[in-house]
Amino acid sequence: MTQLKINGVNQSIDVEPDTPLLWVLRDHLDLTGTKFGCGEGLCGACTVHLDGEAVRSCQTLIGDIAGSDVTTIDAISTKASQAIQAAWQELQVPQCGYCQSGQIMSATALLTETPKPSPQDIDDAMGGNVCRCATYARIRKAVHRAAELMEA
Amino acid sequence: MLNFIDNIDPQTLARELGLEQPLAQTRRGFLKLSGGAGLGLVVGFGVTAAPAGSAETTVPVNRFVEIDSEGLVFVISKHLDKGQGSATGLATLVADELDASIEQVHVRFAPADAARYKNLAFGMQGTGGSTAMANSFIQYRQAGAAARLALVKAAAAKWQVPESEIQVSAGQVSHSSGKSSDFGALASMAATQTLPEKVELKTPDQWVYIGKSFPRVDAKNKSSGAPRTYGMDFKIDNMVHAMVARPPRWGAVYKSMDMTAAKSVKGFIDARPGPTGVVVFADNTWAAKKARDAITIEWDFAASENRSSDQLFSQYRTLAEQSGPIAHRHGDAETALGKAAKTVEATYEFPFLAHAPMEPLDITIHAEADRVQIWTGSQLQTIDQMVVAGIFDLKPHQVHIETLWAGGSFGRRAIYNAEYSAEAAHVSRVWGKSQPIKIVWTREDDIKGGYYRPMYIHKVKAGVDADGRLSGWHHRIVGQSIFTGTSFESFVVKDGIDHSSYEGTGDTTYDIADMTIELHSPKVGVPTLWWRSVGHSHTAYVMETMVDQLAQKAGRDAVEFRLELLKNDPRKAAVLKLAAEKSGWGGVLPKGHGRGVAVHKSFNSYVAEVAEVQMQADGTVKVVQVTAAVDCGVPINPDNIRAQVEGGIGYGLGAILRNEITLTDGQVDQGNFDTYEPLRIGDMPEIEVHIVPSNEAPTGIGEPGTPPIGPAVANAIRAATGKNPNRLPFTKQGFA
Repeated sequence: MTQLKINGVNQSIDVEPDTPLLWVLRDHLDLTGTKFGCGEGLCGACTVHLDGEAVRSCQTLIGDIAGSDVTTIDAISTKASQAIQAAWQELQVPQCGYCQSGQIMSATALLTETPKPSPQDIDDAMGGNVCRCATYARIRKAVHRAAELMEA
Repeated sequence: MLNFIDNIDPQTLARELGLEQPLAQTRRGFLKLSGGAGLGLVVGFGVTAAPAGSAETTVPVNRFVEIDSEGLVFVISKHLDKGQGSATGLATLVADELDASIEQVHVRFAPADAARYKNLAFGMQGTGGSTAMANSFIQYRQAGAAARLALVKAAAAKWQVPESEIQVSAGQVSHSSGKSSDFGALASMAATQTLPEKVELKTPDQWVYIGKSFPRVDAKNKSSGAPRTYGMDFKIDNMVHAMVARPPRWGAVYKSMDMTAAKSVKGFIDARPGPTGVVVFADNTWAAKKARDAITIEWDFAASENRSSDQLFSQYRTLAEQSGPIAHRHGDAETALGKAAKTVEATYEFPFLAHAPMEPLDITIHAEADRVQIWTGSQLQTIDQMVVAGIFDLKPHQVHIETLWAGGSFGRRAIYNAEYSAEAAHVSRVWGKSQPIKIVWTREDDIKGGYYRPMYIHKVKAGVDADGRLSGWHHRIVGQSIFTGTSFESFVVKDGIDHSSYEGTGDTTYDIADMTIELHSPKVGVPTLWWRSVGHSHTAYVMETMVDQLAQKAGRDAVEFRLELLKNDPRKAAVLKLAAEKSGWGGVLPKGHGRGVAVHKSFNSYVAEVAEVQMQADGTVKVVQVTAAVDCGVPINPDNIRAQVEGGIGYGLGAILRNEITLTDGQVDQGNFDTYEPLRIGDMPEIEVHIVPSNEAPTGIGEPGTPPIGPAVANAIRAATGKNPNRLPFTKQGFA
């Protein structure tokens, strides 16, 4: 039994300790906003915030994070996340959209840390998030736009 | 290996699905039926596929438009939206004619029912070939206009005023007397109105949304991780999870297994052999994966494809030296080449490519005695329905498909033999109980799963005469036929020649007087499939790099040389001129940079792209800027056109830079995004997309952005380095 906080709610999770957080979220808690893309930490579709930091939930074993605070796309609501989500819609970023939960979680972590990122900051912070529709040009623009929205 | 129904006779299919029945009659029948159900209220097509916040009951005003009591408009999409924006496109067409407001319009996917929801370009229900807008442009506008007229008639009857005095604007129906109503209050009455066979459509000057970038109907859900969006998110009570351990080589047969270790995996239920591999059943996805990894399986490789891709290439190279069946011929290429002052000869090699959509394949199936329900991002509903029905010995109409949003496809979900749906049917039979089963593919299952863009070799010789004009083109292609042996064979393959293997060559609109295309179609046991832009994914590369080299041989500017060859194709010439002009073609570049151009027509759309590259010290290339121009007829949604061209460029660029599927002794070497490394944000160039204004009928946009990027970049590399990247991907050769 692993105790931790997910989206502000205390949870007791009764699964094998080697179960990735990703599958606890998706299969056990029905929080499907976090996506399965590669299972190897290579695509970023499963990105969540663990104690405020962007991590790959497919590489985060539930047994290793007892007592942690997890936030997922399903519930994130900070100044940075709101700006990112608004910019994502304004610039019509998503196509198939399947990677965008992870993109948004990574971009939110970036803006929280670096409110005015340079183009290089964006490429560095978002380099682990794959988008097969190649919405990258709009992702770059939307992160800059979100930075503007946060200032306003 | 697989017990699929591979050859479906189109006439049987039509008969089974009632396609001969005139659509108008079907529609009247549907309206009558819904009118007879009391208030005209019917249960919507499934809550799970509906956007968040939608009501569960709607009134079908016609087969494409439903309106609920709150006034929300649900456009029923016959097409799968896998990112290409067709749902928004169809919503735009309906909303425009209906004079709905942007906010009130939502999209639901149609049930599998070819009689009502067939793709007019296919004759069956399905999405592909960049046909969604082209085949729906009139149909969905008519649906919107008919719904509007029905609302007007309802309001006129309710308010006892002439129809001609009723106005509809931004989701409100009103009369000069001050009476007004939203759509919701009129919906039930609207559904029972008698309408004329033909409803007048707006003229282009009256359009309120077409041509003006209607916002994506899915942007909000996809920016917030909304539940129950994709097939991967689907869940239903009492559901069993399954994964399939498929054989490591195509054509291998199951011999035996040892599941001792799997039995200690918490949540593991059972493992049983099925027609496509060993099916592992579990309580949840992770347990299924873990148990599958713990099972040892023995396979019989006696009849499997055991060759390596190196061996295949070596056989293809031999074939490329031998004359083959003529796929296309006009004029006399040999004589013209004999007269040429200068010639260019080149041999190109293209690898297998995986589609690798972000959402790996997934499907949920629930088989009952006389009814099968499927939930998935179905791209060829009619084929899925037909094949699954065959496996259960049912009629197609007993197979119900709820189409969910798909996290990409690029062709992978449109499968001629219903591959993964058929597998789900077999899994369900192997399970034996009437219980919902969700099958998830891992990324490795996806990358190793086949259905690739085929490998190809092209060997070309072309010449220019003393005046610098093109003189003779001989072109030999070697590669597997995608369509032979499939349910679509009769549409595409003539006398053993698969048109999709050479499309974009013999049908070029370049003024080439003497041209011969030969095609070898070797049989290989690796399943292949259409991959974003199908044949154009390799033919455009060859055509456009060859033309570029010929221009160079003739001492001519690459754009001028092409324009001279395009005197009979003004639309293609226009996109080329526009891209050249907007890119600053001919301007000075920094040292180490190169600029290249390519123009190609595919899916009836014209796209030109100018790429600027910066050569790196390590011999690799960085694409810094791409300027594109596109003519796809009436630009229904300019922002989505730009998005599709941006994405098409990125998709093609990732492939030419470093993607290849290789086989060692019949086994795929790649498995995940470390060995099949996708384009990442740092690789993405700045992209500008310019749209040519047009009143022509709308044509494709999901695919046409992809073909020109490879040759544009290759031509830019040649301009910068003098090197010809003829073996793909670029990682096979350096440019240092």
